[in-house]
Amino acid sequence: MIGELGGVPLYGYLAISVILFTMGTLGVLIRRNALIIFMSVELMLNAANLAFVAFAANYGVLTGQIFVFFVMTVAAAEVAVGLALIVAIFHTKHSIDVDQMSSLKG
Amino acid sequence: MNLTLILFYVLGAVAVLTALGLLVSRSAVYAVLYLVLNFATVAVFYLLLGAPFIALTQVTVYAGAIMVLFLFVVMLLGAEKLPKGKVLPWQRPLAIGLAVVLLAEAGYLLFQRIQATAVLSAPGTELNTTEALRTLALSLFNQYLLPFEVTSILLLVAMVGAIVLTKKEKGEQA
Repeated sequence: MIGELGGVPLYGYLAISVILFTMGTLGVLIRRNALIIFMSVELMLNAANLAFVAFAANYGVLTGQIFVFFVMTVAAAEVAVGLALIVAIFHTKHSIDVDQMSSLKG
Repeated sequence: MNLTLILFYVLGAVAVLTALGLLVSRSAVYAVLYLVLNFATVAVFYLLLGAPFIALTQVTVYAGAIMVLFLFVVMLLGAEKLPKGKVLPWQRPLAIGLAVVLLAEAGYLLFQRIQATAVLSAPGTELNTTEALRTLALSLFNQYLLPFEVTSILLLVAMVGAIVLTKKEKGEQA
């Protein structure tokens, strides 16, 4: 499997990765719901992971997979803190619309 | 056209469509479910790429733990839908234009680089699943032991941070 990618060319995976990353960026840019913006960031991280694994399989090395493992751990930590922030903001503002989070204090 | 290629095209279509669903869905709960499906298809991509450990981590950590946390917060806040507010009129076209530029740029650079380095691609070394997993584990606990341990501290800090952020101060009204 490793090296020949199981009959699928490398650029197929990279195309999926690029498309998913762009859609994640688009989600961050056009949505107002903080939760959905956060999910779009997760989508972007996932697209980067896919490119990592595709390259790792293409070159027959496992370093890419190790990196993906670390990215996943960092994403888990990020989600824990980010969701706590969103809950805290919701408790003070009673909304998770990012357009309303325009003041630094309270 | 072999079976793997057909599977790849179907999964690719599902991945792109679910990402699109995340972008356009009005309800946050639907968005979470679309994203779970997206993560599951990406996990199958990892299986196709010969990375079973990463695929299972994807399912348990991403599609499992992280998305359940998202779903929990969405339902806890009861903020599935935002009320119609005033939207900047130029925001959406500008964002779509910029995204198209990003897509073209990233696609062009990646494919140009692929063509330049395609000859470097290692010849296929057949690794069976157990052997690949063994190599991954040895690499993780020898060469990357320090990052692995730092990761544990990062998770601890994130946990403490989440508790501090959501805890109410003593004497503070809810």
